[in-house]
Amino acid sequence: MTVLLFLIPIALILGLAALGAFLWSLKSGQYEDMEGAANRILFDDDEPPLPKKDDDKTD
Amino acid sequence: MTEVHRSTCLHCGELVPPGSSGGATFCCSGCHAAYEIIQGMGLEGYYKRRSLDPDQPLLKPDEQESRFDFETYTEVSKDGISTLHLMVEGLQCAACVWLIEMVLKQQDGVHHARINMTTRRLVLKWDNTKVSADELAHSVTQLGYRLAPYDPTLISAETTKREKQLMRALVVAGFAAGNVMLFSVSVWAGHSQGMGEYTRNFMHWVSALIALPAIAYSARPFFTSAIKALKAKRTNMDVPISLAVILAASMSLFETMRMGEHVYFDSAISLVFFLLIGRYLDSRARGRARSAGENLMGLRARAVTILLEDGTREIGPPSRLKPGMQFLVAAGERIAADGIVLSGESDVDAQLLNGESVPERCAPKSKVFAGTLNLSGPLTVEVSAVGEDTLLSEIVRLMESAEEARAKYVALADRVARLYAPVVHILAFGAFAGWWLIGGQSWQEALMISIAVLIITCPCALGLAVPAVQVVAGGRLLQRGILMKEGTALERLATADIFVFDKTGTLTQGQPQWTNADEISEADIELATSMAMTSKHPLSRALTQNRDNIVPAKSIVEVPGSGLKLMTAKGEVRLGRRDWCGVNQHHDTVEAELWLARPEAEPVRFVFTDQIRADAADTISALKQQGFQVVLLSGDRSIAVEAAAKSAGISDWHADLKPAEKVAHLEKLARQGLKVVMVGDGLNDAPALAAAHVSLSPSSAADVSQTASDIIFQGKKLAPILEALRVAKRSDRLIKQNFALSFIYNLLTVPLALSGLVTPLIASIAMSTSSLVVISNSLRLAKGAGASNSKDKQI
Repeated sequence: MTVLLFLIPIALILGLAALGAFLWSLKSGQYEDMEGAANRILFDDDEPPLPKKDDDKTD
Repeated sequence: MTEVHRSTCLHCGELVPPGSSGGATFCCSGCHAAYEIIQGMGLEGYYKRRSLDPDQPLLKPDEQESRFDFETYTEVSKDGISTLHLMVEGLQCAACVWLIEMVLKQQDGVHHARINMTTRRLVLKWDNTKVSADELAHSVTQLGYRLAPYDPTLISAETTKREKQLMRALVVAGFAAGNVMLFSVSVWAGHSQGMGEYTRNFMHWVSALIALPAIAYSARPFFTSAIKALKAKRTNMDVPISLAVILAASMSLFETMRMGEHVYFDSAISLVFFLLIGRYLDSRARGRARSAGENLMGLRARAVTILLEDGTREIGPPSRLKPGMQFLVAAGERIAADGIVLSGESDVDAQLLNGESVPERCAPKSKVFAGTLNLSGPLTVEVSAVGEDTLLSEIVRLMESAEEARAKYVALADRVARLYAPVVHILAFGAFAGWWLIGGQSWQEALMISIAVLIITCPCALGLAVPAVQVVAGGRLLQRGILMKEGTALERLATADIFVFDKTGTLTQGQPQWTNADEISEADIELATSMAMTSKHPLSRALTQNRDNIVPAKSIVEVPGSGLKLMTAKGEVRLGRRDWCGVNQHHDTVEAELWLARPEAEPVRFVFTDQIRADAADTISALKQQGFQVVLLSGDRSIAVEAAAKSAGISDWHADLKPAEKVAHLEKLARQGLKVVMVGDGLNDAPALAAAHVSLSPSSAADVSQTASDIIFQGKKLAPILEALRVAKRSDRLIKQNFALSFIYNLLTVPLALSGLVTPLIASIAMSTSSLVVISNSLRLAKGAGASNSKDKQI
């Protein structure tokens, strides 16, 4: 049963990582425009990649 | 009418009228220009990719742009970057988003242009020294979109923040509930397979490690609400919830420390999780309604042209107007303040104010009111009242006082919770006292039993019953173009027993239709329509509507407030008001009229009526069949109201009512114990809409009326009213079923809990199954779309 001492922390850390990733995506406003995000990808090919900007957070 | 093939405009998709100013492939010169701009920028791919949305306004550039005060709303940061928040009207599809963003980004100095397609809002950041806000806005408006600036701080940042907080709490609770449940399942399985005491205790400690911080974080919405209620010396459903969660968590920690067998970490955290789902759904349903209301607020930012004493003009916000000042109103603009016309002649569309579909003529010395639309000629107006003193503000005030009365309505779920909370407290306390004092158990055992009672009785299902149905119902209505603005609207609609309609724009189409085409000779029609072609007056438009092959006459002169004239070899031809055309006959009828006067011929009369909506009579009779009373209240003249009432099949009608009288009438009905549904669109209906038990507006209604009403429906038909009613009745039934289901569940499990038979395993199973049953029952509303009446009866 000592294997539990490794497996449980590993499982929890993986889970926490996923939770953290979700909270980050929520914070960076990725769920604010679900409709736009779904459509935007279809138009990306014609324009040069946007420079990385972190001022997308409108709120 | 002859069907002649006509091509559609390459830009906006409208039929191209013959002799259009935009040539053979465009409906107007504005569309032609927009097409060329898009071509010139190399963005012609737009036309291939877009799909026009029939529910959105046409993509037709306005000839008379209404000006907005962009500068006031522009924020400039220290490093010279200007930021402007704009509402975009006329977005058809994702291609429009792409087009607008590309057009803006190609401008020199623009750093950031991004549209949120869900909320239809645009954030624009640019370098103020290189390009001005007006230029940027113009580059978009000339393509046919409309832009309105708004102040982002006015748009409930607070509620958005709260919703995000709720989402975070939900995610954390979900994560913790899932993990704790894994350990609980191991413990339960180990129970029958001989798991060692120490292993079990290790599992309990791990559960505590996950559950306790998660509860501390994600149950805060319940704690704060419970504390607020207790401070006000009241109790709400959050009090027993908080009690159950805190007691269960701390008692489980205590049991873990003394290596006890039963812990309730899983129940405590999944209780929080399920309840948070309900809360989140609830706030989503409200949020959707909220953003609809917010988009209306942006329209306050219109600018006016102020005429200063030294004769110079200045553009500024309407708030700068003071009584005695003069301002200019171009044709096509809304009048910003109440006042008296100093110079100019025009027709003013006061439909929003008084429900009249035919514009009034105005000349020097006539009074004009804020919120009305100036149609044909420029006017100079002297301000007589501003802001709070205008007729518009008075209506808004009347509406707000009417709204206060309605705010007292308590949602069904809250009424149930009010009765239920004390019962939960008494049961839990009784279980504790009974087992400890009479049953002879140790206080720890007694407390464990009372915690089990709290967990079992906790209103997971109750908290989910209403929001789940509301979200499903709201989504279903939205698909049919019906927007529910208030969460409790359906609940109130389901209990209604009388429908009150407004006439103009609600029961009728709100636009005059030409009705006596059969009585007039073809030559006269040809002459009149060819003259009317160039005019934007509603009656001229009604003349030319649905007619093909009109060759517009040349050198037409429009005399604002009077009509149109054309010089021919024989003399002057006039199309317009009766007295202007020199006619002495008098017809006292409902209808609006135009006269055609020619030298050496009898004048010809063209008659227009505002016809009732195509399905008005059917809708009214369907309502009557369902046992509703139907009343028509209108501010229009009684002769017009009587005609509309007759054709719609309404016997109870009242005419010549002022906004306050409409409210009084509704209050009289309410005193008789009737629950009133008000359906209206005009500004004069707004107070009545706010005063009614529940209210509906077509999407063509005045902004203020849309704000005042609970449900907004799109399209040219009244059938959405029936659909909303049907969904309201069904969701009412489902909510009541959900309540019944959770009470039955409580009846079965509470005796078990009271008798001390409930272990953590049973508690978790009971809790999740009751929640799942309620959710799946709510989802039935989404199924059986359309008129599944036969199914309805089985429920």
